[in-house]
Amino acid sequence: MQVNGEYKPLIVAFCCNWCSYAGADLAGTNRSNYPDNVKIIKVPCSCRVNPMFILRAFQRGADGVILCGCHPGDCHYTSGNYYTRRRMALLFSMLNFLGIEKERTRVEWVSAAEGAKFAATMNEFTEAVAKLGENKRLEDLRCKR
Amino acid sequence: MQRIGVFVCWCGSNIAGTVDVQAVSEALKNEPGVVFSTNYQYMCSQAGQELIINSVKEHNLTGIVVCSCSPRMHEATFRKTAAAAGINPYMVEIANIREQCSWIHKDMEIGTEKAIILGKAAIAKVNLNAPLTPGESPVTKRALVIGGGIAGIQTALDIAEAGFPVDIVETKPTIGGKMAQIDKTFPTLDCAACILTPKMVDVAQNDKIRIFSYSEVEDVKGFVGNFDVKIKKKARYVKEDICTGCGVCTEKCPMKKVPNEFNLGMDNRRAIYIPFAQAVPKVATIDPNACNMLKSGKCGLCAKVCTAGAIDYTQKDEIIEEKYGAIVAATGFNPISMDKFDEYAYNQSKDVITSLEFERLTNAAGPTAGKLLRPSDGKHPHKIVFVQCVGSRCESCAEKGKEYCSKICCMYTAKHAMLTRDKYPDTEVYVFYIDVRTPGKAFDEFYRRAVEEYNVHYIKGMVGKISPEGDKLMVRGSDLLNNKQLTIDADLVVLAAAIEPDKSARPLATMLTASMDTNDFFTEAHPKLRPVESPTAGVFLSGACQGPKDIPETVSQASAAAAKVIGLLAKDKLTGNPCVAQANELMCNGCSSCEKVCPYGAITYVDKEFRMPNRTTAIRRVASVNPAVCQGCGACTVACPSGAMDLNGFLNKQIIAEVDAICK
Amino acid sequence: MRKEIENLQNEIIRISGVNPRKCMRCGKCSGTCPAYDEMEYHPHQFVSMVESGDIEPLLNSKSLYQCLTCFACVDRCPRGVEPAKLIEAVRLAAVRKQGQNHMTANDIPEKLDEDIPQQALVSALRKYSK
Repeated sequence: MQVNGEYKPLIVAFCCNWCSYAGADLAGTNRSNYPDNVKIIKVPCSCRVNPMFILRAFQRGADGVILCGCHPGDCHYTSGNYYTRRRMALLFSMLNFLGIEKERTRVEWVSAAEGAKFAATMNEFTEAVAKLGENKRLEDLRCKR
Repeated sequence: MQRIGVFVCWCGSNIAGTVDVQAVSEALKNEPGVVFSTNYQYMCSQAGQELIINSVKEHNLTGIVVCSCSPRMHEATFRKTAAAAGINPYMVEIANIREQCSWIHKDMEIGTEKAIILGKAAIAKVNLNAPLTPGESPVTKRALVIGGGIAGIQTALDIAEAGFPVDIVETKPTIGGKMAQIDKTFPTLDCAACILTPKMVDVAQNDKIRIFSYSEVEDVKGFVGNFDVKIKKKARYVKEDICTGCGVCTEKCPMKKVPNEFNLGMDNRRAIYIPFAQAVPKVATIDPNACNMLKSGKCGLCAKVCTAGAIDYTQKDEIIEEKYGAIVAATGFNPISMDKFDEYAYNQSKDVITSLEFERLTNAAGPTAGKLLRPSDGKHPHKIVFVQCVGSRCESCAEKGKEYCSKICCMYTAKHAMLTRDKYPDTEVYVFYIDVRTPGKAFDEFYRRAVEEYNVHYIKGMVGKISPEGDKLMVRGSDLLNNKQLTIDADLVVLAAAIEPDKSARPLATMLTASMDTNDFFTEAHPKLRPVESPTAGVFLSGACQGPKDIPETVSQASAAAAKVIGLLAKDKLTGNPCVAQANELMCNGCSSCEKVCPYGAITYVDKEFRMPNRTTAIRRVASVNPAVCQGCGACTVACPSGAMDLNGFLNKQIIAEVDAICK
Repeated sequence: MRKEIENLQNEIIRISGVNPRKCMRCGKCSGTCPAYDEMEYHPHQFVSMVESGDIEPLLNSKSLYQCLTCFACVDRCPRGVEPAKLIEAVRLAAVRKQGQNHMTANDIPEKLDEDIPQQALVSALRKYSK
């Protein structure tokens, strides 16, 4: 995404309410810095994230989308993150075909106790997305306002 | 169209320090649907809430956006405020501009910009919010306590005291836990058994408490107020209701060489055994791995000597199914294995022992009948070295030790050192320490007494190597204050091993869907304000399964957990979470995809009559969600191929609106 | 002066890859050191002196060369501080301070001799090049 003529990656993070959103809160409580590029959307469980939401974000100009959930086996809803893992494996395998570099997406497991990991993951992901450059290939699909 | 009010909180300087709250409330004024926008110092305060209520009335608001701290902190508060103002509590959305904005950014411009975007996303969501009404569910008025140590015992007693039935599940043949193995307690030096066993008897005699000893939790289903639990009662080959606990069988059994786990393998028990004299329930148990009769069918001596006729070699594991309203995890701790600490020679010499083993050696009911004798040759040790922080505060090697401080070792080592000097004044006692941590009532005084009155030699430094030489243990360590390296020829070395959560905690947490930290301690719902609750509703935490604790702390947490359980069980109805899935029947094609992914079995299919064109009707198979069972994970919404399934409170269009607002 | 010390400190930390701030002052390194009695400054002192910037005495001390680099301290340090690597780094700093950083990779071919073990060449390069 262009901000004042400069490329500044825009990253949408979907975080499950029970682990990763709490982990993000802990990162804040511990004052662990991570880039302001990351904007978090709370979902009850990572399995609530429809692949459509991710594509929508890319279509609207997001440069990276990261999906965070509880560690496998620790899902608050028992099995939600397993669904996520399968769905995202499938979605990611098709991204290149859709015109989005696979590296712009990621699934990470962050527990409520891993504030430091959350910040580190976001730092690293933002850097990786920044290296990839702007998400331009889907530009034509965007509604011009 | 909604009429939305935006309330930006300063949180003192927590938010206002890095976010220009005035600019945020100005910028959000012109968003679609917003009719009112303001900021205030503390939105969660009485005055802040009144500001919200008054604004709702004055501007006829239908939706509220609060830009403040995490919704995990104050969402409930602002929902109550909304209800007090006369609008549906689920018309409130929180933009998290503290934890996820002001606290992680240092630059005012960046913080303000991000706060505005987060606010816009919340406004976009509220624009699509619909009023929701939570359903109600009944509460099963029975509690389950998993673990029968002092934590579980205290929790169960307190719940029973309030009149609710409680079941204790304990994997060992008796309740009592670690405290039953301990000799004396710090800092008062009361005898552990004298204060624990009366409580165990209280549990046995309380008609509200059932004890499932030698049992394990096999499966947990359901949700707060309505848990369905399967408990596996392992076959002990002794009829519990008939056995009188006389102990004749345990004297006659010919299998004499089974390591006694209660004494940590320092002596032997028989194949049929009662762990200790005050065991509750006082019932014998046959160890199927040691019993000849069970292994080869040759023996049967215990059945012959049992006058009550309680022995039953054909007993099978039994599954008990029971419903509970609340579950308390009290699974406790264990000392870590010393196998990987080669430098301390734990596996090379019998005279290098852990503190829990030392505890058994000084216990009158222990393998030496309370006399402090060396495990190798039974001689009285004249020089004892205690090593603290063995495996605690050990960051470098995760499979070896633990990064955290085990909290209790400083105090019990001081206790051991003091008691040794008290009973055997001819013994020299050395304690190697990194720091002596004694926060607690009368704790530091206790440690100082060990040094000043009992002349225990505290050495600031760490032991680097222990090598057995003859019947001595050469302990080499540093004395940092005197800048010396010491070698002490000790007779006995006691290692203050780090403590770790019991191994059963991890699979239990998975069953309970309760979260854990990286060290396998249960996570609390809020580290300061909700320390005895798990984030999973209806699951409570008691004792060392939540973090290292001494006995007084464990007991206070146990009672606190009981109070929380009583508060839950005292309710007749629980209001559920209205954010549940809902099927649009007109779009549903009856494919069953959602039914298959639902982890709770909340979705069923019903045949329903629909009006069709030309005044005809047709019967179609459509999904129907049971709102009392649905927990609102949303797995079904993604599985649905026709987009008929949606999740209230997190509708597809709401999340998309948030995405759009962020990507604008 | 302050700047100089800081540069030296950073250089030592950079060469060794050790973070002396991780040290929790337990003294297990010195408790385990077989060359303890020979040394004027002991392993735990190396760590704390580098951390506080008190490096000058270390550079001039014989202790530097009495460390056997047996790595017992590295193995047993509960915080992963790795004192032996730090001592080695101070040693290198001492060598370089004497201006003995005269070797380059190009010098090696002419020094090659069948009898010199390869390891010696590698460590010589490590020691005498910057």
